[in-house]
Amino acid sequence: MINVNYRSISQINGPLLFVEGIENAAYNEIVEITMENGETRTGQVLESRKGIAIVQVFGPTLGMNTTGTRVKFTGSTARVSVSSQMLGRVFNGLAQPTDDGPGIIGGEKIEIVGDAINPYSREEPSEFIETGVSTIDGMNTLVRGQKLPIFSGSGLPHNQLAAQIARQAKVKGKDESFAVIFGAMGITSEEANYFINEFRSTGAISRSVLFLNLSSDPSMERIILPRIALSTAEYLAYTEKMHILVILTDMTNYCEALREISSAREEVPGRRGYPGYMYTDLSTIYERAGKIKGKSGSITQIPILTMPGDDITHPIPDLTGYITEGQIVLSRDLLRGGIYPPVNVLPSLSRLMNQGIGAGRTREDHRGLADQIYSAYANGRDLRSLSAIVGEEALSKNDKTYLKFATDYEKRYVNQALDEDRSIEETLDLGWELLSILPESDMKRVKREHVAKYGKRRKEEDAVS
Amino acid sequence: MGIIVKVSGPVVVAKDVENAKMYDVVRVSDLGLVGEIIKLSSGDTTIQVYEDTSGIRPGDKVENTGRPLSVELGPGLLKSIYDGIQRPLNIIREKSGDFIRRGLTAPPLDTKKEWEFRPTARVGDRVSQGDVVGEVQETDLINHKIMIPLGISGQLEKLESGKFTIEDVIGSVKTDKGSVKLYMRQYWPVRNIRPVKRKLPPSEPLVTGQRVIDTFFPVAKGGTVAVPGPFGSGKTVVQHQLSKWADSDIVVYVGCGERGNEMTEILTTFPELLDPRSGKPLMERTVLIANTSNMPVAAREASIYTGISIAEYYRDMGYNIALMADSTSRWAEALREISGRLEEMPGEEGYPAYLGRKVSEFYERSGNCVIRSSQERLGSITIVGAVSPAGGDISEPVSQNTLRVTRVFWALDASLASRRHFPSINWLNSYSLYRNDLSPWFNKNVSAGWSDTYAEAMSILQKEAELQEIVQLVGYDALPEIEKATLDTARLIREDFLQQSAFDEIDTYCSLGKQGMMLSMITSFGEWQTHAVEKGTLMAQIQGLKVRERISRMKEIKDQDFKQYYEDSIKEIETVFRPLVAGGVKSD
Repeated sequence: MINVNYRSISQINGPLLFVEGIENAAYNEIVEITMENGETRTGQVLESRKGIAIVQVFGPTLGMNTTGTRVKFTGSTARVSVSSQMLGRVFNGLAQPTDDGPGIIGGEKIEIVGDAINPYSREEPSEFIETGVSTIDGMNTLVRGQKLPIFSGSGLPHNQLAAQIARQAKVKGKDESFAVIFGAMGITSEEANYFINEFRSTGAISRSVLFLNLSSDPSMERIILPRIALSTAEYLAYTEKMHILVILTDMTNYCEALREISSAREEVPGRRGYPGYMYTDLSTIYERAGKIKGKSGSITQIPILTMPGDDITHPIPDLTGYITEGQIVLSRDLLRGGIYPPVNVLPSLSRLMNQGIGAGRTREDHRGLADQIYSAYANGRDLRSLSAIVGEEALSKNDKTYLKFATDYEKRYVNQALDEDRSIEETLDLGWELLSILPESDMKRVKREHVAKYGKRRKEEDAVS
Repeated sequence: MGIIVKVSGPVVVAKDVENAKMYDVVRVSDLGLVGEIIKLSSGDTTIQVYEDTSGIRPGDKVENTGRPLSVELGPGLLKSIYDGIQRPLNIIREKSGDFIRRGLTAPPLDTKKEWEFRPTARVGDRVSQGDVVGEVQETDLINHKIMIPLGISGQLEKLESGKFTIEDVIGSVKTDKGSVKLYMRQYWPVRNIRPVKRKLPPSEPLVTGQRVIDTFFPVAKGGTVAVPGPFGSGKTVVQHQLSKWADSDIVVYVGCGERGNEMTEILTTFPELLDPRSGKPLMERTVLIANTSNMPVAAREASIYTGISIAEYYRDMGYNIALMADSTSRWAEALREISGRLEEMPGEEGYPAYLGRKVSEFYERSGNCVIRSSQERLGSITIVGAVSPAGGDISEPVSQNTLRVTRVFWALDASLASRRHFPSINWLNSYSLYRNDLSPWFNKNVSAGWSDTYAEAMSILQKEAELQEIVQLVGYDALPEIEKATLDTARLIREDFLQQSAFDEIDTYCSLGKQGMMLSMITSFGEWQTHAVEKGTLMAQIQGLKVRERISRMKEIKDQDFKQYYEDSIKEIETVFRPLVAGGVKSD
């Protein structure tokens, strides 16, 4: 079967080819397609029956015909050559170099659809990553091996935030090799240039691998790009013992591509036309983050997605949120108020926060402090919408304090400069300072001894000033 | 031998499979992937494969094992972690490393380990199905009863004592059809319900140590609970808290299509956590089934059945089991995915038309049961099923079908979660249909005033919801003082009673006694302040009282010290309020 060229295409429908006469194409097998004009494409078998195979083409089908196109079945599933030479390089969605450098020679050929990590082999992520961003470090702490997406919207500064995290992220007191893998699906060349320049100007490029699929590139490549990026990440993490931060943007484009194939296959659609297996499909990407017992490397993921219509219940953010370990939600209202990064902490969450904070990791008062800020800020926000109806005068004195807290919190805690790298101590102390205007009897989430140890001091200083 | 004619994801169609029967387990291709027959039509056999089918092609072979998907039951189940089709993940790790490769098999129970078997029956006894003939100390906590497999009865011919592996013969039974050997292990097809003699009405609560659950929305042993909630609302933390602190004898935790790191959390924390009653590690009473979201979807579908079959086996020994299924929505999605591949006519939102039947069949395997055995024995299974509704909207089919069959509903609320009110169980939307059945138990075993205190607290919260609407229109300051007092009491109930930190050493578990005293302290404080307001004291004054700290620090007081704290506090509250109440009425 190998090296046999099939010319028996019966139908081309969107990205799908129906090849007849083939008896035993393997499921997920890679095929090479040669068009009449000599151009080549890669494809993958989506369904195989006796006598027919349905092939999904990566790349445009422009100019493809049913009579002159040849299809060769390679006999193997999708693989990618990976090596540490890939650091500092730029590739397309099929792992072909697109910078001027040489091809990747040698390297290890590995399957791009990685096997699932045995849950028994996983190590609980617990190393605090200091990102220097207060809303993340203080309120939604990121730990090594976590998958923490950014839920954004069109026009929000998610790229800036992702770049800032990539630039500032560090694990305290440790000097270990660290690399960024950047997978871009369907982003504009401007966005791509932003990241490339960002990585170049900070020198981070030498410890980065970039996989770029631009808006103009074939959408089918978006399906395999994140898998190639993660296979590279796994190689670097578990063979080369590096700590990898994987940034995937924009997952919304990935899901659109998935929907495109599904509708071309005439599958029964789930919500909003997305395929019913999208949850499972997304999990095979997100679940590749983690740490493994006895291995020194790790994979941390920050996928970015733009919520269509800023709707968090849309299937893409919805299914993502059910898989990932929390989410960082950006808000248009905050951006309008001139706040950067416009992180709305109320719907944001880090599920692994508790493992990464506390005495010995960040500081003993961290948990209670974060909870106290959360409840005070939520209260302040409620009062803000209430005062819009009844007027601020109708609020009690205590309520006005909360209103002030919410405003101060956004202006001083959430807001920070693009290049401002706040240490965790600064972030925590700032939290106590802001809380000091609230009555002590309302401090129900923090331990009494912590109020005495960390809170009082600020209060006295305030009283003096 | 069967030959594959079609492959589409996890669904494979083969021709000429020998003796193909519905739900037989088959081995697919030379890799030996495990699959199950789900459809038969004119020579074609449709198989759902429990592993990734990449590289499988038409022409590959299919072998029928002739047996339905079964669990292996016997000593050694506890402390194990299995995937959806009961492959031990620790052994798989030894065999294939940190990533799960395909086609691996491993016996679910350790065949080499020797267990000390103590007979409890005597040779010559009449024994019938389900009868206990001996015991094995499986862990420090659990005494594993060896039972006569279902379908066998007769006279005990032979029964030995001593050290045996699960493959050794420990005795035999003379039946009408000849002699049958007895082993410590048995098999059970997972899709079959293990029968019981009859089911009894629920009478005892499953005590969880979580205040909002035990006091407000209790679940009975043998009951069913639905826990729907959008992501981030704390479903998993609720399930973890229940597996840690619920007073069941055994916990079966099914991680069905959820996160790998969550299973790791259980694996790392449970061996260190001690059971509040016995002081032994919690792992000693736990069985874990982990089929994470990125593991094969067909095995996810099976994981729920594997879990419940293990639960039923321990129930038959006379234990109370709590089964946690996190999340049943992922299981339903697996059904939908397979159904889609079979090109079945879809029902609502693409789910198959038989979704409702499958959901109710599953929950029906719970119950407070009289075991099928000639020996009088009771056991129960409580099912707590998490539901992950798309977009947090519970009008979707999985939530609706689940609510139709479950009797307790803990509505998790995203807006509570975002202000870090945990557990984020909404007290207005949730319900428990066991409340009336269980009230006598609480009144008798905890305190006589239990149901009254609850009713009072609930009506305050109800009143608060109404008042909040008014506050939205006119502002807080426009309310009469007496209603401000109600709002204040409601806030105390919410913040000092309903909120409970799963991560605080003391607050993570709250005994029933402490729960009762906490709530009655708040309600009596509420009554005092209402009186005081009636006599002309302003709420602003009361809000400044130092005695309130007595209430806000309740959570920090240890169980054993609480009675003293309660009595002192009640006295102090009385001392503070007495003059305020008397103040208005100068007559006495």
